[in-house]
Amino acid sequence: MSSTNEYHPSLLRGLWALTVRELKKWLKDPVMLLMFVLQPVIWMGLLGKSMNIKEMFSPTSLGNLTIENITIPGSMVNPPVSGVVVIPGVLIAQQLQQIFSNIGTTVMQNTFGVADYFSFMAVGMVSMIVMTTAMFSGMSIVWDRRLGFLDKVISTPVPRTAIIFSKVLNATLRAMFQATIILALAYMFGLQLSPNFTLLNMLGVYAAILLLGIGLSSAFLAFSIRSTRMERPMQIVNLIMMPLMFASNTFFPTTLMPPWIQAIAHVNPLTYLTDALRQLIILPLEVSVLITDFIYLSIFAAVLSIVGIMLSWRYLTR
Amino acid sequence: MTEEVIKAEGLTKVFNKSLVAVNHISFTVKNGEVFGFLGPNGAGKTTTINMLITVLKPTEGTASILGYDIIKNANTVRSLIGVVPQEYTADEDLTGYENIMLCADLYGIPRKVSRKRALELLELVELTQFKDKRVETYSGGMRRRLELACGLINRPKVLFLDEPTLGLDVQTRAATWDYIKRLKKEYGMTLFMTTHYLEEADALCNRIAIIDHGKIVVTGSPGELKDSLGGDIITLSIKENTDVSELIRSVGHIKEVKNENGAYKIKAESGEVTGPLIIEALRRKGYTVTRLSLTEPTLNEVYMEYTGKSMRDTEESREAFRAHRITLRRARA
Repeated sequence: MSSTNEYHPSLLRGLWALTVRELKKWLKDPVMLLMFVLQPVIWMGLLGKSMNIKEMFSPTSLGNLTIENITIPGSMVNPPVSGVVVIPGVLIAQQLQQIFSNIGTTVMQNTFGVADYFSFMAVGMVSMIVMTTAMFSGMSIVWDRRLGFLDKVISTPVPRTAIIFSKVLNATLRAMFQATIILALAYMFGLQLSPNFTLLNMLGVYAAILLLGIGLSSAFLAFSIRSTRMERPMQIVNLIMMPLMFASNTFFPTTLMPPWIQAIAHVNPLTYLTDALRQLIILPLEVSVLITDFIYLSIFAAVLSIVGIMLSWRYLTR
Repeated sequence: MTEEVIKAEGLTKVFNKSLVAVNHISFTVKNGEVFGFLGPNGAGKTTTINMLITVLKPTEGTASILGYDIIKNANTVRSLIGVVPQEYTADEDLTGYENIMLCADLYGIPRKVSRKRALELLELVELTQFKDKRVETYSGGMRRRLELACGLINRPKVLFLDEPTLGLDVQTRAATWDYIKRLKKEYGMTLFMTTHYLEEADALCNRIAIIDHGKIVVTGSPGELKDSLGGDIITLSIKENTDVSELIRSVGHIKEVKNENGAYKIKAESGEVTGPLIIEALRRKGYTVTRLSLTEPTLNEVYMEYTGKSMRDTEESREAFRAHRITLRRARA
């Protein structure tokens, strides 16, 4: 009898086994899955459709315009006429309303880049779901530790990298899956795709999600891995989720925000993800902007995942 | 293969720089042995096991398993050992079969081999008919058996069992031990276990170490440990009202005689032989023995002798305590 065992796990094998376990767990809980999809759908429906910003510029928001008739001396018109010229107020009101609604479309276009707020906001929703999923799913390691599963895995020869990466991969795959569902639903509810949209753009969408997912989930994994209770990482997520969401272009363009919020938005990775997604999905693609977005997201992913994974590694064995 | 399967030298673990959980312990476990670690809550049993299975890093000292150092050759050690943890670690959302296959994947066992092994092991622990049911629906005993099966998927040379019958009822405990014995016979492993059920340790272990406050207080076979207490206790009373202590002492193999208000407490080697000799000696002098009882020391007495009689408050970390509670709750469910 030889004293060493004949089998040794490869990194990929272990990574795959642990990731499949997580995905199986996830798919076997359809209620949670539904909740995760339902939440952004509700947001999308409520925020995107209720904040009907375009309607602000419809003639009705001017109310009943009563404009008195304007009398102009005949000498001021060209060619001059004798006596006075009376312009009926009703006519002016009609003209104003027409101009106003034309301005509306222009203002929307200039502010949001698209004519309808729903499309703008639906893409923001995709970023939001990517962010929450990436942050929350690393947290399952707290349960793994408490229930002893993590210790059992550590006692097997599976590469430590596989243990950590399986969590990151799982978070990212989930985020991609949910983003797909949200986009499909948004399209059904009236999202206006950019005329240049092709399936190739979709690959870009996944690449952007992958980058943010890796970065955020590694960071949160490093944070959760030391916690023995769920409450602490949960509280942190709650604390930073809202600021990340609102100090970014997720729901509103940053150009209209006060400078200090703009400064936050400018370093907020969510801004870059959302912008990349908008470029790819609803806007006429500006390649240079997209490249900037991707560079930022790549740096973010690289730095956070290296730091996150190094910390996780250290804390894995106590 | 080395005769010494586990060899610990000055193994020490200090938590948070102040809590000394395990304090320079050294011991050896021989090939094929069942070695039991006994001690009150918080004595350092689980911490020791966690160091041996490479989950915790020792603060000082080290140990080797089959000659491989648990720190330097951690990965080799991992592939050689099997672990049955205190908690129920199987994933509740997966089926029994999926859980075993997950373990197999973590050891890198090729699918072709692991499928066959998994079915064999499920058969052995009699879970075959439940293999495609979610673990959620399993009872405490079934979960324990599944943990056993998972711990054996890599055909370990050494199996570590941390409180394998914690939270199980008497019948399930007995049944679980039957499985463990059968598995040991089948695979010829060395077993290292912790328990605080003394009768189990007595019945199963070849050798026992009693650990308290992070230190091993005594090591030996259950028989040796019992003998170390000084033998059996014979209690007898006589009809007459005279003190016969001296007479009893004159019989051979007597270690100690105490007269407690006419009831004599006699410590003697091999009480079952000495008892009749005492009766004979007394009768020859005309005394009548009215009552006699013989108590062989159990591991209980040994345990009390070495760890002190007071009950311990748990000194385990809160985390361990919580894990313990979760296990109990699941076992009851």
